[in-house]
Amino acid sequence: MWSLPNDTAECDRGPESLMTNQTHFHLKTFLTIAVMIIAGPLGNVLLGKGMKQIGRFPVWPPSQLIQAGVGIFRSGLIWLGIASLITFFVAYMLALSWADYSFVQPASSLAYGVVALLGYWMLGEQISPLRWAGIAVICLGVLVVSRTTPRTTGHG
Amino acid sequence: MPGGLSGQPDDASNDGARLALEQVILFTLIVVAGTGGELCVSRAMKAVDSAKSFRPREVGRVILSALRVPWMWLGVGMMATAFFALLAALSVFNVSFVVPVTALSYVAGAFGSAVFLHERVNKERWLGVLLVAVGVTLVFLGNR
Repeated sequence: MWSLPNDTAECDRGPESLMTNQTHFHLKTFLTIAVMIIAGPLGNVLLGKGMKQIGRFPVWPPSQLIQAGVGIFRSGLIWLGIASLITFFVAYMLALSWADYSFVQPASSLAYGVVALLGYWMLGEQISPLRWAGIAVICLGVLVVSRTTPRTTGHG
Repeated sequence: MPGGLSGQPDDASNDGARLALEQVILFTLIVVAGTGGELCVSRAMKAVDSAKSFRPREVGRVILSALRVPWMWLGVGMMATAFFALLAALSVFNVSFVVPVTALSYVAGAFGSAVFLHERVNKERWLGVLLVAVGVTLVFLGNR
């Protein structure tokens, strides 16, 4: 489905160390991507649960907006959600530091499916067949978008 | 809890119209401010020397020089706005509805990078963007 990551630095070493290095490299990449695919959606689900507890976000008057803002930062679930999103971001940056963008980004398209599954299991959300279909098409679309080369400016 | 649950037909239709308006405003903020923020940060980072290593001192140097670019501040402000709009959307709508709709940022990103960053967007990427748009439409239709 995805093109294999290629690490040009590996080519300088002997064939045996290349094999172990590549196995290690694949394991490291897949583990990091697994963390990304779980931590990102989990963060969103936790934020959703926290916000449902706080209730509808008032936009007006400003005094209520400030009160709601304070409520947000007092919620443990919101902080857990933010921590989970930071974990996602760190895993994403780490993955990008050694694997190709064109490998990491398509893999992360699965997150849209995972967020729906977690919403269904953890929050008991009702998901219509049409919504599942839409989510599947979105995953496919994101996969196609991110498979295309990210470097279009022609230097580097 | 939100008002308008008294069971009166007028209240119900008002509530429906208000929800629809809220949907449009919040998702526009999430997608436009989020993508705009990323574009601004991307523009700022192009003006900064790239990091030569991941040593804390080098990373610190890059962050400090990025903070001197006004585009960075605009970008961070827009991304913060998008985050609070996401929280507001999550306070009203289901996660399995909100997050897939935010995939519209791929559509905004393709248009934004073509228009503001003058990057070339190839046909395959436009096809993916079209698929995302179709998927989001299905998610919206499935929410009725």
